[in-house]
Amino acid sequence: MEALLFIVGVLTVFITISIVLTLGDQALLFFNDPAVTLAEFFGTTQWQPQAGQFGIWALVSATLTTSVVALLVAVPLGLAAALYLSEYASPRVRDILKPLLEVLAGIPTVVYGYFALLFVTPILRTLLGADRVGVYNMLSAGLVMGIMILPLISSMSEDALSAVPRSLREAAYAMGATRLEASVQVVLPAALSGVGAAVILGVSRAVGETMIVAIASGAGPNFSFNPLEAAETMTGHIARISGGDLPYGTLDYSSLFAIALMLFLVTLVLNLISQWFVAKFREQYE
Amino acid sequence: MNNFSYPEKDALNRFIAARYRTAWLWQIVFLFALLFAVVSLSALILNVADGAFGYVAYEYKKDPAMISPRPLEELTVPELLAALKANLSAGAFAKLDNESPLAGRSRAELLGLVEERILLVKTLETYPLFRSLFQREQIAAEVKEKFPAARLEFRAWLNAAFITSPQSSRAEFAGVRTAILGSLWLVSIAILFALPVGVGAAIYLQEYSNRKSLLNRIIQTNINNLAGVPSIVYGMLGLAIFVRAWEVFTSGALFGVTDSNGRTILSAGLTMGILVLPLMIINAQEAIKAVPDSIRQAAFGVGATRWQTIWHHVLPGALPGILTGSILAVSRAIGETAPLIIVGASTFITFDPQSPFTKFTALPIQIYQWTSRAQGEFHAIAAAAILVLLIMLLSLNATAILLRNRFQKRM
Repeated sequence: MEALLFIVGVLTVFITISIVLTLGDQALLFFNDPAVTLAEFFGTTQWQPQAGQFGIWALVSATLTTSVVALLVAVPLGLAAALYLSEYASPRVRDILKPLLEVLAGIPTVVYGYFALLFVTPILRTLLGADRVGVYNMLSAGLVMGIMILPLISSMSEDALSAVPRSLREAAYAMGATRLEASVQVVLPAALSGVGAAVILGVSRAVGETMIVAIASGAGPNFSFNPLEAAETMTGHIARISGGDLPYGTLDYSSLFAIALMLFLVTLVLNLISQWFVAKFREQYE
Repeated sequence: MNNFSYPEKDALNRFIAARYRTAWLWQIVFLFALLFAVVSLSALILNVADGAFGYVAYEYKKDPAMISPRPLEELTVPELLAALKANLSAGAFAKLDNESPLAGRSRAELLGLVEERILLVKTLETYPLFRSLFQREQIAAEVKEKFPAARLEFRAWLNAAFITSPQSSRAEFAGVRTAILGSLWLVSIAILFALPVGVGAAIYLQEYSNRKSLLNRIIQTNINNLAGVPSIVYGMLGLAIFVRAWEVFTSGALFGVTDSNGRTILSAGLTMGILVLPLMIINAQEAIKAVPDSIRQAAFGVGATRWQTIWHHVLPGALPGILTGSILAVSRAIGETAPLIIVGASTFITFDPQSPFTKFTALPIQIYQWTSRAQGEFHAIAAAAILVLLIMLLSLNATAILLRNRFQKRM
């Protein structure tokens, strides 16, 4: 029995290995193709597989733009919500508000995509002018992505804030600190590595998010950092291209694996850093 | 130190008052951040409801008077059947009857067929719920001006026919029956894979392996990482391995199924299973961890083997936690869209999935497809499908909470 359970336990490691191998295998095919060079892949800004142009920056720019917008929404609001829940709210208020945040976290991303395209985008177009904001734009996708990531950041930060020992707060109050001073100058710095872990995980989530950007941010690579423009992210590109019946073994097909490999590596590094932060935080207080 | 000198007397009081004012202001700012989240959630739900109900302006290409002088709504089942028989070609009628006997269908379904096939109904314009409620006259006037021949009717796009009808290329008659069945198939396969494997891995990590060992730490870190891998990457894994490399198995060719390729329910289900596996393991580990050590020691004390201890004492105690974890995994799997797009969910499937080796569609895929269409009526059915999905998720989570509360009391 133990042997069987051991195999099952190690299976997860094999999943990671097979992710790396399958993505790497196809990506290698892609990079070995005479039409592609590493310098072109990482150094140019046009992505047009039909014309043989593979410059990843055309897709990375959109991923960066939507992620930055999302984090500008999610980090301050998520942190503020966490501070309120952990430092201010009475247990009764917390019991009502926390489940609501959990509901927000549990809504499928495709629903957020609908919300972005049919609620947020029309509002943006009315506010900023329909001539400046397209039907598809990165701003709307980024904003809604921020709402989606907010609960993740607030719940992880709240865990970190609540784990800070009471004695620190009491010491601050004894010195005459107001509640704000105690939370921002004493509790928050003490929980910083936990909050950092939450933010980094938020970044990783934003980079890997697919459905919101596939629906709301536009179809077609566009090297632009202007959030009012339409542009396709790395994830959005994979989803759109593989949605059709893509013939196997073509350069198009293997290029998707190269993009996916990049996504995997970026999120892997971010997740590892986040876990390292959490471990450091645990060492301090638990 | 710096040159800060502490204020005195009145200045001190003002200083303290100012500090407390700042503190109070920021408290309100923090509260607003939370309220923002609550408002977003309400806006999202209201927006979906707004889309799923409302007035719809439509017209018949053919005059309904050709069927009967009385209004369509008053016609009985035999009258509708007779109308279908009289106006459809014999072949078309037989085909409909073959799909499911016409005599056995409901009145609503027959009425839908009459409208679709004979009267050639066409949706002209859809109106959201809140406008329909508060600007009824304005909508009526607008319709009268733009489409003089049109009829105006309040329509709940989420209705019984929507749930029980298969897919259709016409939004008015499309339903989510095939999508719901596809989603259920998918989730069942995913759980059949992830539950035993996940619980097994959790048992190994918690009960057998040395927690300080390098291997254990590697596996643990790896599981945490897998939980953070973007779902679209799992889709690519599924495409390369299940759809392509294992095509003989996942297309059913090994079992004598010949009419499909690797883009089947089985491939998608296994992909989903791998996707929820880390979540499953982490939850099962928590549940096993929560079983007190005294129970294990008591079992060992009366001479039980390790496996007997686990099977008879640890697992029953951890069961509610494991069940809750599985339900959470199911709700994750039911809403995932990106991996399904990658492994090739078909969007237009009018037949119920019969085996794991058939092509399929799923609820989130339908929502994605319909949202991406330009016409208002497709957005309306996307909203209706979202409501179906949210209701399914809500009932799953309610079950999880009930389970947790019930077992918590007993323990």
